[in-house]
Amino acid sequence: MDALDLARWQFAVTTVYHFIFVPITIGLSALVAGLQTAWVRTGRPEYLRATKFWGKLFLINFAMGVVTGIVQEFQFGMNWSAYSRFVGDIFGAPLAIEGLLAFFLESTFLGLWIFGWDRLPKKVHLATIWLASIGTMLSAYFILAANSWMQHPVGYTVNAERGRAELTDIVAVLTNSTALVTFPHTITACFLTAGALMLAVAAWHVRRDHQPEVFRPALRLGAWVVLVAGVGVLVTGDLQARVMTEQQPMKMAAAEALYETSQPASFSVFTVGSLDGRSELASVRIPSLLSFMATGSLDGSVEGINDLQAAYVERYGEGDYVPYVPVTYWSFRLMIGFGALAMAVAALALWATRRGRRPAGRWLWIAAVSAVAMPLLANSFGWIFTEVGRQPWTVFGLFKTSESVSPSVSASHVATSLIVFTLLYGGLAVVELMLMLRYARAGAPEIVVPESDDASDEDRPLAFAY
Amino acid sequence: MELTTVWFVLIAVLWAGYFLLEGFDFGVGMLLPVLGRGERERRLLINTIGPVWDGNEVWLLVAGGATFAAFPEWYATLFSGFYLPLLIILVALIVRGLAFEYRGKVDSPQWRRRWDLAIIVGSYVPALLWGVAFGNIVRGVPINADHEYVGGFFNLLNPYALLGGLTTLSLFLLHGAVFLALKTDGDVRVRAGRLAYRLGFPAVALAGGFLLWTQLTHDDAWGWALSGAAALALVAGVVAARARREGWAFLAAGATLVIAVAALFVTLFPDVMPTTLAGGDSLTVTNAASTPYTLKVMTGVAVCFTPIVLLYQSWTYWVFRKRLRVEHIPVPHP
Ligand code: HDD
Ligand code: HEM
Ligand code: HEM
Repeated sequence: MDALDLARWQFAVTTVYHFIFVPITIGLSALVAGLQTAWVRTGRPEYLRATKFWGKLFLINFAMGVVTGIVQEFQFGMNWSAYSRFVGDIFGAPLAIEGLLAFFLESTFLGLWIFGWDRLPKKVHLATIWLASIGTMLSAYFILAANSWMQHPVGYTVNAERGRAELTDIVAVLTNSTALVTFPHTITACFLTAGALMLAVAAWHVRRDHQPEVFRPALRLGAWVVLVAGVGVLVTGDLQARVMTEQQPMKMAAAEALYETSQPASFSVFTVGSLDGRSELASVRIPSLLSFMATGSLDGSVEGINDLQAAYVERYGEGDYVPYVPVTYWSFRLMIGFGALAMAVAALALWATRRGRRPAGRWLWIAAVSAVAMPLLANSFGWIFTEVGRQPWTVFGLFKTSESVSPSVSASHVATSLIVFTLLYGGLAVVELMLMLRYARAGAPEIVVPESDDASDEDRPLAFAY
Repeated sequence: MELTTVWFVLIAVLWAGYFLLEGFDFGVGMLLPVLGRGERERRLLINTIGPVWDGNEVWLLVAGGATFAAFPEWYATLFSGFYLPLLIILVALIVRGLAFEYRGKVDSPQWRRRWDLAIIVGSYVPALLWGVAFGNIVRGVPINADHEYVGGFFNLLNPYALLGGLTTLSLFLLHGAVFLALKTDGDVRVRAGRLAYRLGFPAVALAGGFLLWTQLTHDDAWGWALSGAAALALVAGVVAARARREGWAFLAAGATLVIAVAALFVTLFPDVMPTTLAGGDSLTVTNAASTPYTLKVMTGVAVCFTPIVLLYQSWTYWVFRKRLRVEHIPVPHP
C-alpha cells in the first residue's frame, strides 16, 4: 500500500471512530439537560437521579469524543497537506470558527457543570449544561459546513497562479444548501442514537425490575426519542437525497448501482448477485421509489452510471469517476436499514410496555438492549456512503483524493501512525466499553441530602471530584 | 497594521494563552508523583485543574485552526513536516485527557496507577516536545522551493531545539508548582512552594540559555528586549516563590511564558517557518497567508467572539477560585 491508501485508511478509521462518540455526545447532552430541567422545575428526586445517571454515561463518552477529535484537527495537515494548501483559504475558516465558538463553549461549560453542582445556584448550573449542549450542536454545524463545501463547493474562485481555491463569499459557504440539509439529518440521527442508548440501558434495568421509578420512564422516553428523531431522519434524508442527486448525480447512481439511465427508476431493497450489482440473480424492488427519492416525482428520470461517466469524462477529462459501487450500494442500504430497525424496536418496546406492562418474553428485551448498536452502525454507514460516494474527489469537481495526500510524508510514516492509532483506539474501545457497562449496570445513585446546607461551610467536601 | 501581521500576532497570542494555561496543567501532571503523597493528595492535585484543563486544551485546537485558516501553507508544512513528534504529542494528549476522566471510575489501586502513569507521561511528553517544535521553527528547517519539509525526523533533534524542549519543560514544571502553591492549602501548599523555589534555578539556567542562544544567532532588537523581560519576570517569580508570595509567583511565572513566546514570535517575524536550504523558500506571513478577504472575515469573527470566550473562561476560574485541601476531597465514588 502506498501513502495515499494508508492515509485514506487512517482517515476512515479515525473519523468513523470519532463519530461513534459524537452522536452520543450531541444527543445525550440535550437529553441530560432536559432531565435536569425537569428536576429544577418539579423538584422530583427521580429526575435528579436520572440526570446524574445519564450524565455519568455522557461524560464517559464525552472524554472519548474530545480526545479523538484532537486527532481529526491535526490530521488534515499531517496526512493531507496538499489538500490543506489547496483548500485552506476556505476550509480553515469554519474549522477555526468551530474552535472559537463551539469547542470553548462545550469544554468550559461542561467543566462548570461537572464540578459546579455545589458551587453554582441551581438555575445557573442548569444553564451550563444547556450551553455545553448548544456548543456541541454549533460544533456540528461548522464542521458539517466544512464537509459540505467538499461535497458541493460554493462561494470560491480558483486561483490558478497560486494553485488554490480562494474564498469569495463566506455567507455562501455557511448557508450552503448541502450544509442546510446535512445538518438536520445528522442532528436527528444523533438524537436517534442517544434515544436508542437510553432505551437499551433502561430496558436492561426494567427487565430486572431494578429501579423502575427511574428506568421505566427512561425506557419510554428513549423509545419516543428514537421514533420522533427517526421520522426526522427519514424526512431530512429524503431532502438530502434530492439535493445530492442534483449536486452529485454519480453518488445517487452509485447508491443504487444504477448503470443505465432509467425512467421511472425502481429502488432495490435487497439484491442477490454480484457485489457491484452489475448482474443480479434476484432482487426485491419497489417500483418508482428511486425516482421519487431523487427527483420528488414518481416518474422522474434518474441518470445511470454509464451516462454519467461519459459526461464526467467530457467535463473533467479522462479518468474513472465511478466510486466503489459495492460500498456505496450496501452502505446506503445498511444506513437506512439499521435506522429503520431501531425504530421498529422502539415502537415494539413502547407497545409492549404500555400502561405499566412488563412482558416476560426474552426476545423483546434482547432486541431492546441491542438497539444501542443499530444507530451507531447506521451513522457509520451513512458517513461511509457520503465519503466513498464522493470519490475520486476530495472536493467535488475540483480536487482529487489522489492529489490530496502529503507529498513529503512517506508511506512508512503513515503506516506507523495508522498502526499506532488502530492499536490505541482498539485498546481504548475496550476500556470505554467496560466503563460504560459498569456504570450502566450500577444504576442510578441514591440521592444523599448533605447534612448541612450551609454554603459557607468551608470544610464541606466537594460534591464531585475526580 | 496589515491583516497578515494581525493574524501573526493573534496566533502568537493563542500560543501564549496555550502555554500560560496548559502550562500549569502539564506542570501539575508532571508533579503528580513528586507532590502527591498518597491517593488523597494525588486526587487533590488533579482536582485543582479538573474543571479547567479541557478548556485550556482548546487554546491549542484554536491555535491549530487559526493557523489553518490564516496561514494554510504554514499549517500544511508544519503538520506534515513535524509528523512523528506530532503523532507522539497526539498519543500523549489522548491518554492524558482520558486519564483525568477515567482514573477515579474504578476503585482499584492498579487501575489508578496506570492512569497516573498516563497523566505523568502524557504531561512530560508534550511539555518537552512543544519546546522542541518551537526551537526548530525559530532555528529554521530544510524546506524546499515547494514549501515541503524535507528534513526527516532526526534533523529535529538538534541541540538548540532540545534546549528549547528543556526550557518549556522546566518552565511548565515551575508554573505547575507555583499554581499548586496558589490553589491548595495545607501540607501540599507548603511543599509546592518550596519545590517552586528549587525548580526556579534550572528554569532560569535553561530558559536563560535558550533565549540567549536565540538572540545571539538572530540578534533582533525587540527579541533582545523581550528576552530580557522574560528573564526578569522569571527571576521575579523565583524570588516571589521564595518569599511565599504565591499570587505574585504565579503571575510572574505566567508572564515569563507569555513574554518568552512573544520573544520567539518577534524573532521569527516576518518569517513563519524559515528554511535552511540554499535553494529553498522560507514561509513568511505573506507567502503563507490566506487571501485578504478570508483574513477580514476571520478578523471579524475573532474580534466579536474572543472577548466573550475570555469572559466566560475567566468566570470559570473565579467560580473555582477557592483553595483546595485534602479534606475537600470526597471519599471515592463507585
Ligand atoms: C456532526 C458532528 C461532528 C463531526 C462530523 C465531527 N465532529 Fe468533532 N466533535 C463533535 C462533533 C463532530 C462534538 C459533538 O462537538 C465533539 C464530540 C464529543 C465532544 O467532546 O465534542 C467533537 C469533538 C472534537 C474535538 C475536541 C473538542 C474539545 O476538546 O472539546 C475536535 C478537535 C474535533 N471534534 C474536530 C473534528 C474534526 C477536525 C472533524 C472532521 C473530520 C470532526 N471533528 C468531525
Ligand atoms: C467535516 C468533516 C469531514 C471532512 C472534512 C472529511 C474529509 C475527508 C477527507 C479529506 C478524506 C480523505 C480523502 C478520501 O480518502 O476520501 C475523507 C475520507 C473519508 N471520510 Fe471524511 N470527512 C469528514 C467527516 C467524516 C466523518 C464524520 C466520517 C465518518 C464517521 C467520515 C468518513 C470518511 C471515510 C470512511 C473516508 C474514507 C473514504 C475513502 O477513502 O474512500 N468523514 N474524508
Ligand atoms: C430513509 C432513510 C434515509 C435516507 C433517505 C437517508 C439519506 C441520506 C443521504 C442521501 C445521505 C448522503 C448525503 C450526501 O452524501 O450528500 C445520507 C448521509 C448520512 N446519513 Fe442518512 N438517510 C436515511 C436514514 C439514516 C439513518 C437512519 C441514519 C442514522 C441513524 C442516517 C445517518 C446518516 C449519516 C450520519 C450520514 C452522513 C452525514 C450526512 O451526509 O448527512 N441516515 N443519508
